[in-house]
Amino acid sequence: MTVRSGSPGQTRRIGYDFAHRVASGAVLSLVGDLGAGKTEFVKGLAEGLGSAANVTSPTFTLVHQYLDGRIPLYHFDLYRLQAEWELDEIGFQEYLRPDVICAIEWGNKTSLPETKISIRFEFGSAETRIVSW
Amino acid sequence: MSEPTVLAIETSCDETAVAVLQGRSRLLCSEVASQIDVHRSYGGVVPEIASRNHLAKMGPILRSALTHIQLREVDCVSATRGPGLLTSLLVGYAAGKGLAIGLDRPFVGINHLEGHLLSPFFGEAACPVQSMGLIVSGGHTMLMHLVDLGKYILVGQTRDDAAGEAFDKVARLLGLPYPGGPIIERLAESGDPDRYKFPRGMLASGDFDFSFSGLKTAVRYLLPSLRGDFEADLCASFQAAVVEVLVRKTIKAAKTFKASIVTVSGGVSCNQSLRKNLVEAASKAGLAVKLADPKLTTDNAAMIAFAAFERYQRGMLGNLEDEADPNFKIH
Repeated sequence: MTVRSGSPGQTRRIGYDFAHRVASGAVLSLVGDLGAGKTEFVKGLAEGLGSAANVTSPTFTLVHQYLDGRIPLYHFDLYRLQAEWELDEIGFQEYLRPDVICAIEWGNKTSLPETKISIRFEFGSAETRIVSW
Repeated sequence: MSEPTVLAIETSCDETAVAVLQGRSRLLCSEVASQIDVHRSYGGVVPEIASRNHLAKMGPILRSALTHIQLREVDCVSATRGPGLLTSLLVGYAAGKGLAIGLDRPFVGINHLEGHLLSPFFGEAACPVQSMGLIVSGGHTMLMHLVDLGKYILVGQTRDDAAGEAFDKVARLLGLPYPGGPIIERLAESGDPDRYKFPRGMLASGDFDFSFSGLKTAVRYLLPSLRGDFEADLCASFQAAVVEVLVRKTIKAAKTFKASIVTVSGGVSCNQSLRKNLVEAASKAGLAVKLADPKLTTDNAAMIAFAAFERYQRGMLGNLEDEADPNFKIH
């Protein structure tokens, strides 16, 4: 599926809609360059899951958790990751549980379960983005 | 009689840190364990599982800190309770609790952000007073109204990227190494801040929130059209956009909440342009400024010890039943 977005607001909307077709246990691998809309998508995803939280980029902190929606959401960003063992250090595998959703920015930097859903964010013409999964 | 001595442990993210503080200003030690030291003392990289790394560092760093003081001289033990990575927090927090129980001393769990917020007052004779605090780092960008010790009101925060993160990501777009903040700052020194017009995110939003994601994207869009020697001007223009928003919102928040002092803390507060512009703007607005000592701006345990000292003095002690909390709120 491929969706075109013309603004950060529309990318959030795509994330919001996505929340209604994803079940607990889902592992979302978000792949795309800086500024392509990965965090905006997760903002919408969290809102669609019923969280009232202010979703911010977890680049520095590696993971933010939003537990106030209908399914707990763990939002990772592997941007800073230099070696796979750094993920072991934070207990990454322990976050991938069947009762939560994990949205992982730069998910291509590690090996994720076979069942993962890869979502790609690309720069289109002018200021558009192409989101596909 | 000597002033109370606090031992503090900080493990909210990557660093393992321990500090011992006597009174408000006598820092007996402040140690941060780096990866390299641990690997050296263990003769190579140990295969890691959750938090093993902090655990491995905790013993050696505590022993090292305790060469500066006898355990029985510690009056209060504290540790960072949150926010941060749960698996990292757990190690320092449990170590702190264990020490407190073993020594039969009070324990105080400290919010990492409270540590930053109070750090500009470190070493002063009197306790922190009513002020508007800008906390700005790689992971956080927020304005916090310090009403009194333990009474903080979140006035505004970033809606997407932290300011320090914007620096790092723009550096990456320019092909500069990580962490990019200090490199951008250095390049900006010889650049023209007016050469490129970058958006001042949320400047007219009417609230005190920040947004730096759009600025990052603006740099990305501009880059392909640039030729020649543009790096210094680009860095200067980018930095000017970040600094202007931070400074103007901080001053406005101080006026709105009738705080006569503005403070700035966190890793990005080392940025000289931010420091200079904040001092100038505050002086123009008739406000006093307190800047965190650069040594206290990165993750460290000295600021945690300082916050714990203030709480200990006022009897605002923690509860041993409280758990480490990755979403720990201070407001």
